[in-house]
Amino acid sequence: MDILQWTALELAAAIKRKEVTVMDAAAAVLDSIESREGRYNCYITVDREGALKKAEDIQRKIDSGELTGPLAGVPMAIKDNMCTEGILTTCASKILGNFVPVFSSEAVLNLEKAGALMIGKTNMDEFAMGSTTETSAYGETKNPWDENRVPGGSSGGSAAAVAAQECFFALGSDTGGSIRQPASYCGVVGLKPTYGTVSRYGLIAYGSSLDQIGPISKDVADCAAILEAIASHDEKDSTSVARDTDFADALTEDVKGMKIGVPKDYFGEGLDGEVKEAVLKAAQVLRDKGAMVEEFDLSLAEYAIPAYYAIAAAEASSNLERFDGIKYGHRAQEYDGLHSMYKKSRSEGFGAEVKRRIMLGSFVLSSGYYDAYYLKALKVKALIKKAFDEAFSKYDLILGPVAPTTAPGLGESLADPIKMYLGDIYTISVNLAGLPAISVPCGIDSKGLPIGLQLIGDCFQEKKIIQAAYTYEKARGVFGTPTIENEEK
Amino acid sequence: MAKQYETVIGLEVHVELSTKTKIFCGCSTAFGGAPNTHTCPVCTGMPGSLPVLNKQVLEYAIAVGLATECAITQYSKFDRKNYFYPDNPQNYQISQLYLPICRNGKVEIETEVGSKTIGIHEIHMEEDAGKLIHDEWEECSLVDYNRSGVPLIEIVSEPDMRSAQEVIAYLEKLRLTLQYLGVSDCKLQEGSMRADVNLSVREAGAKEFGTRTEMKNLNSFRAIKRAVENERERQIDLLEAGDEIIQETRRWDDNKGESYAMRSKEDAQDYRYFPDPDLVPIQVSDEWIVQIKERQPEMRAEKITRYKKEYDIPEYDIEIITSSKHMADIFEKTTVLCGQPKKAANWLMVETLRLLKENGMEPEDIRFSPENLAKLIGLTEEKVINSSVAKEVFEIMFDTNIDPQLYIEEKGLKTVNDEDALRRTIEAVIGANPQSVEDYRSGKEKAIGYLVGQTMKAMHGKAEPGMVNKLLKELL
Repeated sequence: MDILQWTALELAAAIKRKEVTVMDAAAAVLDSIESREGRYNCYITVDREGALKKAEDIQRKIDSGELTGPLAGVPMAIKDNMCTEGILTTCASKILGNFVPVFSSEAVLNLEKAGALMIGKTNMDEFAMGSTTETSAYGETKNPWDENRVPGGSSGGSAAAVAAQECFFALGSDTGGSIRQPASYCGVVGLKPTYGTVSRYGLIAYGSSLDQIGPISKDVADCAAILEAIASHDEKDSTSVARDTDFADALTEDVKGMKIGVPKDYFGEGLDGEVKEAVLKAAQVLRDKGAMVEEFDLSLAEYAIPAYYAIAAAEASSNLERFDGIKYGHRAQEYDGLHSMYKKSRSEGFGAEVKRRIMLGSFVLSSGYYDAYYLKALKVKALIKKAFDEAFSKYDLILGPVAPTTAPGLGESLADPIKMYLGDIYTISVNLAGLPAISVPCGIDSKGLPIGLQLIGDCFQEKKIIQAAYTYEKARGVFGTPTIENEEK
Repeated sequence: MAKQYETVIGLEVHVELSTKTKIFCGCSTAFGGAPNTHTCPVCTGMPGSLPVLNKQVLEYAIAVGLATECAITQYSKFDRKNYFYPDNPQNYQISQLYLPICRNGKVEIETEVGSKTIGIHEIHMEEDAGKLIHDEWEECSLVDYNRSGVPLIEIVSEPDMRSAQEVIAYLEKLRLTLQYLGVSDCKLQEGSMRADVNLSVREAGAKEFGTRTEMKNLNSFRAIKRAVENERERQIDLLEAGDEIIQETRRWDDNKGESYAMRSKEDAQDYRYFPDPDLVPIQVSDEWIVQIKERQPEMRAEKITRYKKEYDIPEYDIEIITSSKHMADIFEKTTVLCGQPKKAANWLMVETLRLLKENGMEPEDIRFSPENLAKLIGLTEEKVINSSVAKEVFEIMFDTNIDPQLYIEEKGLKTVNDEDALRRTIEAVIGANPQSVEDYRSGKEKAIGYLVGQTMKAMHGKAEPGMVNKLLKELL
């Protein structure tokens, strides 16, 4: 019995049946972390003692019937940009290297209420800026499928931790694809919910109008259960919305009559042949299951990247101003007066990619450029939303790849940031339009790397996404896990 | 002949709204807490915290807009004003630039040459900053975030004022309006109302405005008046000397009676304003505007009209009493409690104004309660105390808001109504003052005054003068 191979729901059910205890599960995960972290570096902080203590507490509550939910007792990992009370929260940045929050994010609290057990905080691109988890100040995370490759990003630590069985599920955050792309690279499921579904309270903001927390899991059923637990209308977040959250009800194998649009422009130049083939094959699976699948023109995709980088960087340049060495975080040792303290603390505390985006964002907001860049980007954003609205008047879902390629090698992407930005082409417009989308593993390329299928829904149509993804997953069959293969060789 | 100059003045007035909680979190706005005790993750800019608009702030801002005849922006937004300073925990201030909540209003002021309209360019909502305390001993600065996130509105006038008198009249009018609305106590000294003065001069008759300066740190009407006059002269002197006026922000030093330059336009920061993505756009419905209008309390003009109709008191008294919302409130409550508008007005007009003046206080500083004033009036009317005792008690009440009933009992100040005791005292006074008795009996009516005084003295002031008079005449 290797409990690490179980899904979150399977584990919780076994705990409920008293086949294993929460302490067993926690110990198994901590052992796995012990033996694998040296290779993968999925975590920035592992709360070993806290987790073991909490495990007993949760077990007691399960035994007393206080905790009955489908995730009770399941060890989880949290991306290090979500505040956790009393536990270091760094955003993978040196500037928050000593930051211990006084409160926990709403999403984390919701999972704790559901009885999930937090094991630690996962690695990420610094302040979620990057697509590889290489911009972390705490070393890069390696892809469990191939240690010479990146896990994707920015939620690379979360995706790799799920793939490497160093937790049963994880939370990521998605501003331009930061859940879906690493999920795709690591062969796990990742879902970015409709903007406003999960409270952003406690999520350290990158691009506030685009950020959304979501699950990274082993399969679609886990994904639905986690989403159900974290979705809530939170009065502390003005952008949070009241909506239906019965996502697990959508776990039915049925896509008959579902209309799925495949944007032609998602399959053009730049898309890797093997990725294309795998994604189209997945479309065929859904067609065989009774869905109506057809190609259409979505257009505007090419404008999404510049618009995204203008908006996200603008918001980030302002969001990151609070990291000044005054109230918390890194302060330079030597400085001469207030401005020198600001300059030195921030110069020392932020990494190159963060500085690049702060400068870009400050530039597009500066007087004289605001209209030409920031306002124009907002107009593009509105046009993209309109294009999706039109598409969703015809289709229930949009199907496409998550990323143009499978996981690149370590060091390849940062050498050419523009190329890295272009890699976000299929994920970014979803954030600009506030839509929900899932990444589901749909194949393995000739290099042995996972390929992801992306299903995009209209706002608040997560249930359609989950239903189609679940149907596809059942038809596809079991998708391998990298660690087991590697370790048993 | 020397050139004639016209002064052109526009005002930016910051007003602290008297909501119980801050603009974007639930922390208290109360003054006087120990440093950083009225704070939370939101108003200290902790990572991951998010602002949520206090609806009361919006309602107050709209109420001010309606009272100043502004157009209410029904689709409004908050913007971030980005600048680094330690009193500003996020290093951006949440304010409104692109779509302020109120625009294009006006207020009427009274000047020496009749009434004049001052345009309101806009009113916007924003958050206050914290306070830096420089510790010179330790060579460091400390920051207190208790004021961080206290709601402010900024009322920006058009450059319609032409003199210090007009500036003061405009500020007085705004202050009264805000006080009547109950949205702010508007105390300049305490900083709950702050005015920045934009001033330029031009030759009389010129069409173009001159280069303006902005004056900050004006903490009283007197300082504003002096600063306006000083800056006008400074600019005229520069022009007369053939120098240019530099567009800059200046700081007024009221002790020295002069200003100095803080920063010029060239140094002006680029605040990189953009809509705050953490706050959703504000939608104000027609119905809500109507509701706020209906809930609007009686303003001064309406109060004056009503007082004239309801109370038989002099118009001059009405003007004075309504010139402070606080005083008008005391007047009305006292009147309701004791049913004596004339007496209530009298206490305010005579004793209260005298004591305010003597103590250098404003009507807003009145501490005695209407309940106690009504009691005092009642006690006097019922002749429980006489008027000189009443004045004595009132002075104490003015200082400490004592309950007059309890006070006079404690101090034994009640008028003696025991006729027999009074009669005995008067008989003794008559016996002791044969000359005055003789004078009175021989027709010198005035002599009775002396005898009344002697009787009051013997009674330790606690006799009712009318009764003393009556008994004296009887016994003589």
